[in-house]
Order: sequence, then structure tokens, then C-alpha cells
Amino acid sequence: MIDLAHGRRQWALLSPAIGLITFAAAGPLIIVLIYSVLEKGDYAGVIWNLSGEAWFNVFLERDIFDDTVSIADAHLSIFLRSLRLAITATVMAFLVGFPTAYFIATRPQASRNIWLFLITIPFWTNLLIRTFAIMEIIRNEGVINTLLIAGGIIEQPIQMLYTDFAITLGLLYVYLPLMVLPLYASIEKLDFRLIEAAYDLYGTRWKVLRRVVLPLVKPGIIAGSILVFIPALGAYVTPRVLGGGKNLMLGNLIEFQFGQGRNWPLGSALSITLLVLVMFALLIYVRNTTRAHAHG
Amino acid sequence: MSVRPPARLCRASACYTLSLRGMRTDATLKAIQTRGISKQFGSGADRVLALDNVSVDINENEFFTLLGPSGCGKTTLLRLIAGFESPTSGEIDLYGERIGHLPPYKRPVNTVFQSYALFPHMTVSQNISFGLEMLGKPASEIADTTTRMLQLVQMQELADRRTSQISGGQQQRVALARALAPHPKVLLLDEPLSALDFKLRKDMQLELKRLQSETGITFVFVTHDQEEALTMSDRIAVMNHGRIRQTGTPRDIYDHPAERFVADFIGDSNFLRARVNAKSGDQLELELGGGYRIRVAGRENDARDEVNVVVRPEHAQLGSPEQPGLPGTLQQTVYSGTDTRYHIALGSGESFVVRRQNSPDAPAMPDNGAAVSVLLNPATLQVLDD
Repeated sequence: MIDLAHGRRQWALLSPAIGLITFAAAGPLIIVLIYSVLEKGDYAGVIWNLSGEAWFNVFLERDIFDDTVSIADAHLSIFLRSLRLAITATVMAFLVGFPTAYFIATRPQASRNIWLFLITIPFWTNLLIRTFAIMEIIRNEGVINTLLIAGGIIEQPIQMLYTDFAITLGLLYVYLPLMVLPLYASIEKLDFRLIEAAYDLYGTRWKVLRRVVLPLVKPGIIAGSILVFIPALGAYVTPRVLGGGKNLMLGNLIEFQFGQGRNWPLGSALSITLLVLVMFALLIYVRNTTRAHAHG
Repeated sequence: MSVRPPARLCRASACYTLSLRGMRTDATLKAIQTRGISKQFGSGADRVLALDNVSVDINENEFFTLLGPSGCGKTTLLRLIAGFESPTSGEIDLYGERIGHLPPYKRPVNTVFQSYALFPHMTVSQNISFGLEMLGKPASEIADTTTRMLQLVQMQELADRRTSQISGGQQQRVALARALAPHPKVLLLDEPLSALDFKLRKDMQLELKRLQSETGITFVFVTHDQEEALTMSDRIAVMNHGRIRQTGTPRDIYDHPAERFVADFIGDSNFLRARVNAKSGDQLELELGGGYRIRVAGRENDARDEVNVVVRPEHAQLGSPEQPGLPGTLQQTVYSGTDTRYHIALGSGESFVVRRQNSPDAPAMPDNGAAVSVLLNPATLQVLDD
């Protein structure tokens, strides 16, 4: 009886979160799911007739002249570009974030909090403003090109803005803290005596990193990668500002369908496709972590 | 210079041949030789001198123990030999080769850690083969050596277990096998038995001793447990405040402690104040409290008029008051199974404990409050340096 009461009280603690998820996440999701199987209205909106048209258009396209069906190249290339940029940003975030997290985790206890505090400072400023700041740095008349030209190193500005490089840089900058924090949490728990033992057993720095450190901080690597990859895949602001509207990512494509494209069912179907991609990534995450736990 | 035959060791199922190839066999070369090692941690007002000008020679194929209370610098000395710390000053030689500047992975020395430090993401056999893999040994050799090591520490059945799935004693064995597998020239052991319970610790003491003689590898063992040190070691270095106070065989250290600290730290001791009445060479005639005179061996050129001497409780006997010895009164008799302790208040005001082993045919002893005489054997009276 006591256990039951205790159990109920615990559910009560969760109820605000459950309520929020129901109304703010599950509700819209159901609407999007329904919209994706309806006909599109002429001037945006939907017509309440069942239709597979949107889902057909996600992956395929029908030639407007002879009705032949082919794979939707435009969509496919945006999917692939999004995947490529999100993966690149995640890998870059790991390469930059791991040494950072390792550095912080090996500082004396007192100064660690200061370093962690510094990591979170970018969150104080609006994402859009930070993205425009990057734009200011890398545009043709920006800080980097001005300095390089003034230094006589180059004559013509290097085109960095409105390229995939710009988008990757932006994603890396925005999501780096989300990689550093879980990595730090993992590295901080690392038993550094194991590293001494590995050095003692003839492991060079690189081998110790690969054979002992990385396997032991794997949960942090996976968590950080998921936290960077998921928002990077659906990023909207960064590719919009730094990609200049010609290098679209999935988020921009979806926005386009709900806006200028006036095709809500297609936008809905694309949203769900993105969701499935993300869930697929989460599935890999869950499988990896549970396998690690099973081995104890 | 003669070539040593390889030590060949056989157990019920395991044969373990230790290769000494490449090892210098010059008898005068020490396995480990440190010269004036000092180690300072921190700086300014916070600085701590963990080791203060330590010079020690450790022989080949020796079970050498660094013994001392916590904070005496014994673990620091071990970490310097392993390469986890570098000395503030001084030299460390391994078979005549300077190693003080080498990183741990370039020293043919392995460590058994106090915490074992087994890799939690690897199985027992993966842990054992780790060092060999890092050395880039061929796969067949790694497999063979790992199997032999598993047999040596009797862990064959648990080879594929995770290290979190085995007991503390088993983890200890894996840590030993892992450190022995790459055939180190010297094995360093940092209080490896401190986490084990009493019974297991006793077993492992014998086990370690056996492994040392079977492998022929020089063991440098760190402990704060004097009994452990006496049981296992060929030689002991007693440390305190970053210095080595005395080095010698267990019997040497126990029977002839050089200083009060050593006598006090190892075993039970009776300290007595004595006046030096006469000396000739290293022979001293001492006058102890109560006017009792005794001739003992001291050291040459000892100019002191008064010295401290130490007597182990089991080296003295209880006699009747008319026998020549230290006069006193028996105050308390403490029976403890195998032996009995007699607490005596000496006429000089000092106190003295005599320990006698209990046996059925032992003569009857006086009652508490009786006048007694403590009988001393000159050979067991040790004159201290301080």
C-alpha cells in the first residue's frame, strides 16, 4: 500500500512534464501526421480529402509533360546534403570538443567550474545574432578577408560565406557546447589510474587514447554526437543565414513548403521524414548504450 | 662473466620459462640503483619534500620491500621508478642504464597498483595480454604467454569474464598476471594486498613469494604492514619522512634496529636509557637503571656517554629478584593465547614488557605485585644511533 502511494506520488511529480509533452509535442505531431495524408489547398492550408500525393512527392516526382515517374532529385540532394553537413559538423565538434573536455576535466576541481561556465557563455546571446556575427567574420568584406588582403597574403577575397563551409562552421560553433558538456561528464568520471596503468604497460599516448580512454568515455561520445547531430540535421537558422538560401538544408525545405511553396501536406510529410531519420539515429544510440551496459 | 641459464619453472600444469636474453648478467650491476633522489611536490609555502636524498641499491632477483608509515615517501619512490613522476634531483639506474628521463612506456618495469587499475572494458585475458599487444608481439606469442599467465595465477576458468565480475582476490591475481606478462625486469607492487581480507592476504603473501622465486623477477614491494614486510622480503628498507632509515634483511632489521623509529615501527620494543661506563673498541660497558651493568657490542668511535638501547619483549626473561638483572615489580600479566605478556615497573621508573610463549611445561610465574628481575642477554641488547 505504501509502495502504491509512493508510486502515485512519483507520477504526480511527472505530470507537468507529461502534460507539456502531450500538448506541445504529441498534439502538433498528430496534426502534422494528419496533414501529410491530406490534399493541399490552392492558397496554403489543406483540403480534408485523403491523399497520398504528399508522400509520393517526398521521394518521387512526376514529369509534368509525359507523367513519367522518377526519383525526386531535388529532395534527395537536400536530404543527402543535410546528412553530410550534420555528420561533418558532429565529427568536427568531436575533434574540437574532445581535447576541450579533456582539458577541463583534468584541471583542478576549483577551476573546472570556471571553464564550464565559459563554455556556456555563448548561450547567453541569441542564436540569430551569433550567426550574423559569424557572417561578419567570414564574408568577403569581413574580418578574415580584410586582414588577409591587408597582409598581402591574398589579392581577391576568399568566398567563404554562402558555402557549405560556412554552414558547417556555423553548425559547429552553435552546437559545440552540446558536445563538450556530455564529453566532460564522461571524462571527469574516468579513473586516471587506468591511464597510468596503460602507460606502464607500454602504451604510447596515442595507443592509450585509442585503447583505454576512448572506449571508457564512449557513453559521452555517443550522447554528445546525438545532441549535435539531431539539431544539426534539422537546422534552419544557420543554413538560412550562412548558406544564403541557395544551399538548403531539410529545415529550409520544410519551411519553404509551409511558406512560399504553399504545400502544407508536403511540408508535413518532409517533417515526418526528418523525424524518422532522427529516431533512427536515436535507435543506434540506444542500441549502443544498452550493449555497453550488458557487458557491464 | 657467466651466462645465466634461463630460469625454468614448472607447476602442476604450467611451465614458465623466463627469458633473460638481453639482460646484463654482470653480478655487480644492480637491478635498481638510485643516487641522491629527491622529490618535491608543490612550491613556495605549500611545498612538500616527499623524498630527501634517497640512495638505494636493489639486487637482481630480490624481493625488496619499502616499509614505512603512510606519507613516508615509499609510494613516491615507487612512482619515480615506474616513471609516473620525475625526480626533482638525483639519478635512477636500471641495470646500469639511466631511466630517470624515460616515460613509463619505455621502461621495462611494470606495476601492480594498489587499486589494481584493471581495464573495466576488457576481459581478464584481454587485460593480461594488453602489455604484450602494446609491445607489438606476434599474436601467437601473445596467446601463449596469456595462457601461461592465466595458469600461473590459476585464473584459466575466468579468462573471459569482465573484471567487474570477479572477486577482489581474483582481481589481485589478474593485476599480477597483467604486470608479469611482458616479462618486466623489475616488478613494482604498491600495497597490493591492502584491500584484501586477513585470510586472503596471508594466502597472497605466500603466493607473491612463490611467484617471485618462480619468475626470478626482481620485486619491489611497498607496504606499511611490518609483518607483511618481515614475512615476504629478502631485504627491507625502512622509510620515514622521505628518508631511508635502515636497510637490511628482515632479521637484521628486527634484531638490530639502528634507530628508535625503526625499533618502534617494527615489532614491540622496550627502550632503556643507559650510561656508558667504559668502552674498548666496539665493546661498551653499559650501566642500566638500577645499577645493573652489562657488556654489549656497540659501534666503534661512539663518543656518547649516554645511549638508548632496545630489547625485544621475547628476548628478555623473568627471574627471581636475587638473579642479576633489572630489578622491578610485576604489575600486570596479560594472557593472549599463544603467549603471555608480563608488564614490569622497573626500579629506575622505566617500564618493561617480557613476552613468553605459553607451553604446558612452562615453569610457574610470579604473581602480580611480586618483586622480579628482568634477565637480559647481551647479544639481544641493541644500542641505538639516536
